[in-house]
Amino acid sequence: MSLLPLQADLHDLGVAELAAQLAARSVSSVEVTQHFLARIKQQDALGAFLALDADASLAQARAADARLASGERTPLLGVPLAHKDVFVTRDFATTAGSKMLENYRSPFDATVVSKLAQAGMVTLGKLNCDEFAMGSGNDNSAYKPVHNPWDTSRIPGGSSGGSAAAVAARLVPAATGTDTGGSIRQPASLSGITGIKPTYGRCSRYGMVAFASSLDQAGPMARSALDCALLLSSMAGPDLDRDSTSLDLPVINYATELIADNARKSSRSEATRLQGLRIGLPKQFFGAGCSPDVLAVVRTALADFEKLGATLVDVDLPLTELSIPVYYVIAPAEASSNLSRFDGVRYGHRAVHYTDLTDMYKKSRSEGFGDEATRRIMIGTYVLSHGYYDAYYLKAQKIRRLIAQDFRQAFTQCDVIAGPVSPTVAWKIGENAQDPVASYLADIYTLSSSLAGLPGMSVPAGFGAHGMPVGLQLIGNYFKEAQLLGAAHQFQMATDWHMRVPTNLSQG
Amino acid sequence: MALTPQDIARVAHLARLELRPDETDRVLGQLNDFFALVEQMQAVNTDGVVPLAHPAAILDDVALRLREDIASEPNQRYASQTSAPAVERGLFLVPKVIE
Repeated sequence: MSLLPLQADLHDLGVAELAAQLAARSVSSVEVTQHFLARIKQQDALGAFLALDADASLAQARAADARLASGERTPLLGVPLAHKDVFVTRDFATTAGSKMLENYRSPFDATVVSKLAQAGMVTLGKLNCDEFAMGSGNDNSAYKPVHNPWDTSRIPGGSSGGSAAAVAARLVPAATGTDTGGSIRQPASLSGITGIKPTYGRCSRYGMVAFASSLDQAGPMARSALDCALLLSSMAGPDLDRDSTSLDLPVINYATELIADNARKSSRSEATRLQGLRIGLPKQFFGAGCSPDVLAVVRTALADFEKLGATLVDVDLPLTELSIPVYYVIAPAEASSNLSRFDGVRYGHRAVHYTDLTDMYKKSRSEGFGDEATRRIMIGTYVLSHGYYDAYYLKAQKIRRLIAQDFRQAFTQCDVIAGPVSPTVAWKIGENAQDPVASYLADIYTLSSSLAGLPGMSVPAGFGAHGMPVGLQLIGNYFKEAQLLGAAHQFQMATDWHMRVPTNLSQG
Repeated sequence: MALTPQDIARVAHLARLELRPDETDRVLGQLNDFFALVEQMQAVNTDGVVPLAHPAAILDDVALRLREDIASEPNQRYASQTSAPAVERGLFLVPKVIE
């Protein structure tokens, strides 16, 4: 790769390209950081960021430059990113998108944050999200909505909406996200970027503000599968003393693996590069519930996979529709338990006026939580309460096992499962605000794999109605992140959907 | 089965939430819509199925771990209190609970 002239726009470079420029010392981390901070300021109207601190970011950049000057060369050294505001950080306030945690400052960094910092990445700030990661439009943020860079009257997806919008608008080369029921994949799809939710337990949950602990998982969001692989290699790995659900399994270097795999394949003709890859298509993902414009994009992408040598096979996931009630019983049950820690005593909002301790709890919590968090706490408390636990919570956990078993059966017939991420393109801000149950239904294609704990990703695959981006969902078997990223990379070598940039952003 | 305003009041108390009257009405409607959806679960035969509490529990080759019960973190007592609403001499302050 040739070195770019200095006046070239640094924000057009992805993670791998920026890392190469930094390693060649043709640009410094401080210069890159200053450039992105200026661009973030220029695009402030998108609402992507909740916290910025230029001094903190530049201090991290200077430290990265010192490591580069000393001769250190690691794959992410000096490259900036931003974190979803559910990861606690020492250098920036952490709110989880909630008034409950306004001005909260963590005494420690989340494991994912410290691992990426050790790799030399520079934090540009904290990204807006739905309150406690509950939502699919980022319109449940207590602070401000996030606007989709492709059409600022539309939502970017959620709950990692700030992450998706910031990557799509090139305010950051990459971001962290979290996915409980689709919160990485759905905003990645709706904002036209690449994102992967790894197998449950791959990334430590230590320092992630907890929503639903048996579902929450961190993952990278970036422009390409290669950039996601670079980040995931540093984010993932055992954290055995700090997260009891962290997987005690070695993590491979996904980026090295992807590049080696590509080198082996590039000598072959294009039509054989994915030879042997069986892609399972669940008929439940291709029914009348999905918009025709989205289905058309997904089918064209699948035809591209066939051109690369993959074969398509039909598989059956009969409980797909049931994953909606099952998820919306289990996730609120866990949320009601996790959010009980917000008591107005140890951290978070405390009401000014109250009569006694119970009244202080009630007033502090009611003032601090927004509508969606309140709704989910109510649902969760109800399904866990005496007399309803068996009928709702245990029943949902039993169906959860059946859903996981259906995936196991499907993976005897295929290597990856593909389909849409979301039944529609991004909707208008405010459109689903009055009908929460209707918005739950839109999560249909991402919930089942979350319940099973499987890795899944969204890969830009084209544009649907109103010129809005559409992602292809790829779901892998347990621990098969490398296979997912490899398949996505081959698709991205053959297509340029992931290179498309929104053109209607204000030039500031 | 439909929830009543009394159910909402009982659950709100259990969750230590205080809903305004207009909020109670709205939440009641939304929860009844939601539980209509949840009723679909009852049609699934789950006789003899063991509840799955955790995704790793489906994997035969992944053991859930326990660690030694020893303190491994440094004492962050004062750092942890910097975001507390009311502290004094290293203690969290709450309204009087014992007369």
